[in-house]
Amino acid sequence: MDVEILARIQFAFTIAFHYIYPPLSIGIGLIMVIMEGLYLKTGKKEYEVLTKFWLKIFAIIFGIGVATGIIMEFEFGTNWAVYSRYVGDIFGSALAAEGLFAFGLESTFLGILIFGWNRVSPKVHFISTIGVFLGSMFSAVWIVVANSWQQTPAGYHIVGEGFYARAEVTDFWAMVFNPSSVDRIIHVWQGAFLAGAFMVLSVHAYYIRKGKFVEISKIAFKIALVVATVVSFTQLISGHSSADGVAVNQPAKLAAMEGHYEKSAPADLYLFGWVDNEKQEVTGFGVPGGLSFLVHQDFKAPITGLNAFPKEDRPGQVNAVFQFYHIMVSIGMFLIAISFYACFLWWRGKLFETKWLMWIFSFSVLLPQIANQVGWFTAEMGRQPWIVYGHLRTSEGFSQEVSANQILFSLILFLVVYALLFVLFLYSLNKKIKHGPYDDKSQNQLETI
Amino acid sequence: METFLGIDYPTLWYLVVGLLFSGYAILEGFDYGAGAWHLFFRKDQSRRIAINAIGPLWDANQVWLIIGGGALFAGFPVMYATLLSAMYIPFMLFLMFLVLRSASIKFRSAEKMLWWRKTWDIIYSVSNISISFLLGVVLGNVLQGFEIGPNYSYKGGIFFSFLSPYALMVGFTTLSIFMTQGAIFLLLKTEGKLHTRLTFLLKKGMLFFIVSFTITTLYTLLFIPGVTDNFKENPLFFTLPILSFLAVANVPRLVSKKKYFQALVFSSLTMAFLLMLVAFQLYPTLLISTIDSAYSITIYNAASSQKSLGIMLTIVLIGAPLLAAYFFFLYKTFHGKVTLDDTSY
Ligand code: HDD
Ligand code: HEM
Ligand code: HEM
Repeated sequence: MDVEILARIQFAFTIAFHYIYPPLSIGIGLIMVIMEGLYLKTGKKEYEVLTKFWLKIFAIIFGIGVATGIIMEFEFGTNWAVYSRYVGDIFGSALAAEGLFAFGLESTFLGILIFGWNRVSPKVHFISTIGVFLGSMFSAVWIVVANSWQQTPAGYHIVGEGFYARAEVTDFWAMVFNPSSVDRIIHVWQGAFLAGAFMVLSVHAYYIRKGKFVEISKIAFKIALVVATVVSFTQLISGHSSADGVAVNQPAKLAAMEGHYEKSAPADLYLFGWVDNEKQEVTGFGVPGGLSFLVHQDFKAPITGLNAFPKEDRPGQVNAVFQFYHIMVSIGMFLIAISFYACFLWWRGKLFETKWLMWIFSFSVLLPQIANQVGWFTAEMGRQPWIVYGHLRTSEGFSQEVSANQILFSLILFLVVYALLFVLFLYSLNKKIKHGPYDDKSQNQLETI
Repeated sequence: METFLGIDYPTLWYLVVGLLFSGYAILEGFDYGAGAWHLFFRKDQSRRIAINAIGPLWDANQVWLIIGGGALFAGFPVMYATLLSAMYIPFMLFLMFLVLRSASIKFRSAEKMLWWRKTWDIIYSVSNISISFLLGVVLGNVLQGFEIGPNYSYKGGIFFSFLSPYALMVGFTTLSIFMTQGAIFLLLKTEGKLHTRLTFLLKKGMLFFIVSFTITTLYTLLFIPGVTDNFKENPLFFTLPILSFLAVANVPRLVSKKKYFQALVFSSLTMAFLLMLVAFQLYPTLLISTIDSAYSITIYNAASSQKSLGIMLTIVLIGAPLLAAYFFFLYKTFHGKVTLDDTSY
């Protein structure tokens, strides 16, 4: 296999693995802030128990998020050297800001959050929880800004020729608030809130089904359900707004998301389907003219199709982009449906007795996770063949001096280490969940040695 | 070129990166060093104490690596790209050991089975040793220079060329400095038997450091051409090696007087002086091309634009005091000897 493909696979694998954890940290962080806030306000023991329980799970997740994140920071240099030189001027300040403002905040307060219960006052502890939560929100901001810049560059000019060409900042704020960043940050945050809220829902639905820790679980379930309902609904809005942006800034991506080929014609909105890239056909079921309606509020309005772009300037994996996009949207709709239905049952006082719903909820943790992953895959694969949209091609961006064997070596290394990490993660998560929210004060010591 | 207090922006950023790397070496130095000693403690209880000594701190200390890496990328993208792609294998190994190290801290004490803890103890110690060693190896390569051709591209060997004898020596020296630093830090955090054992181990560590440091220094002076050039032009800087020597010499004296905190300060100063030495020796070059000095990467041809550097300097001016305040608060909270409770690892 050639270097480019390997570099892409390796990068996609390591970032997708990283992205399992941060959304959970951000989402659980939000829930912990709410729980601990309620504890400080009401003084009720239940809230304290819940906060401490989720803190333990948070600690595992956060730890793996940090470990895998550091790898990402250095992989720009190892795998994408040309790209790094090209975007360093722009990207760098975002990464530097991320380090100082976000990671500095979250990592220092993390120590107090996890080990500080017996050392600082409840108020200071609460402030630390907020610090970690805000820190994780900021990390998302800066990295998404950097990524959004490469999707929709702004506030820069290109200097130099050929190999020495690179982008330089001309307007910092225009770079930060490039056309797609605001929509995408909100969408990513919400995706993270959903990941956390549904994890909490899953665990407590499981307890309720098993008849364990029922009373405390009901409290936690209600808190998370409120978050899930509000966010899943508004996620639709930010997603729609993102799609509007894509229609304007990256028409080839939008066309790929719906498998729309004709240069300029009304475009359909599929519920599901299959794209044949050779025949340029979509077999599936959807609303004729639906995409035109969503973008222009008119079923007949023309939408730029893939054929309006030369073959080498448009994404090659149209079916993949299509499928990933539709999986995300379907999951989004499903999440809205179940959270609203659950609220309805709550209002009727039947929520926790509805066994089948509790059963769905106990597996629901997987859905936002999948949606988050395929969302990024849509955004990133839809951006191809550009690594910096309209300026630098992915085929030009990788490290010229690195050989296929080196990347293969590191890919295998990370496959092995990450597999181990993932097993450990599931194992300790399972153990924490089996153990339940209450402490049995057992000392973590080996008496014999 | 824009300047601030008469210093141009690339030079200022060079100082920022240097400071961040020194902070990283000093803080993670004691983390990695403490971990490198891990297998020398025999009892499970001692090992737990050693891990919990860095427990609440290591995540925060690691931020210096992240910010340092980010600062290199931000200020000198050309250097960042060439260094990482040329040193592909050592960096990938370094990153893998970082992951394993974090995993072992998190998971070691999660189970009570003996085999479980012993396995993690080995992984933990090996990771810490390898991380320290690889950092030194990369530093050694940077000091020696790379085979850089046109377009900043690396022309050297791919898999094992990073393991030159000189690089190995710098690797051992780095490991020994970190181990010294780690032992002193643990002395500060422990009591009783473990403390006594550490006093003994620290002596070995100092010896290891003095031997490897002497060999590396002699080798540098004899075989690495041009290292003293910058010094000849500016003899004032000969004070740096002297200062670092004095700082090292002070450590055993302070340890024997049980002034561990001062000892830690002095061993940190040793590291800072040595890094300043390196920084001064290289300036304004970042990576020497061994093919043709015209291809060398300097802070001027590697730097981001003036505008970008200006923005980042502003970010640092705002961010650094905040970070300092967080660190102050964190270290204050976890001041004193380690005590194990239900939140410990
Ligand atoms: C700031 C930069 C940045 C950020 C925040 C992300 N990515 Fe990305 N991604 C890149 C920067 C990048 C890149 C370096 O620019 C790549 C490498 C090759 C390419 O075309 O873009 C890339 C490629 C890339 C690919 C391969 C696409 C292809 O080769 O067809 C996938 C699947 C992802 N990414 C997935 C993700 C996920 C799951 C992310 C969420 C955490 C993510 N990316 C965040
Ligand atoms: C290629 C892109 C990315 C890089 C280079 C990167 C880098 C990093 C680094 C270095 C860390 C460790 C920080 C520490 O020690 O505190 C980290 C953790 C984290 N990252 Fe990423 N990251 C990337 C993508 C993302 C994305 C897309 C998000 C969120 C939307 C994100 C959110 C976080 C969060 C919240 C943490 C804290 C640890 C955790 O929550 O698990 N990162 N990342
Ligand atoms: C409900 C309907 C949804 C719509 C209409 C929608 C729309 C979109 C669009 C158009 C993009 C591409 C943006 C770009 O390339 O710039 C996107 C990306 C993404 N989506 Fe969604 N989405 C929906 C639901 C969800 C859900 C439920 C989640 C997760 C829980 C999610 C997570 C993501 C993520 C992580 C990305 C990648 C980051 C980004 O580009 O913003 N989405 N979404």
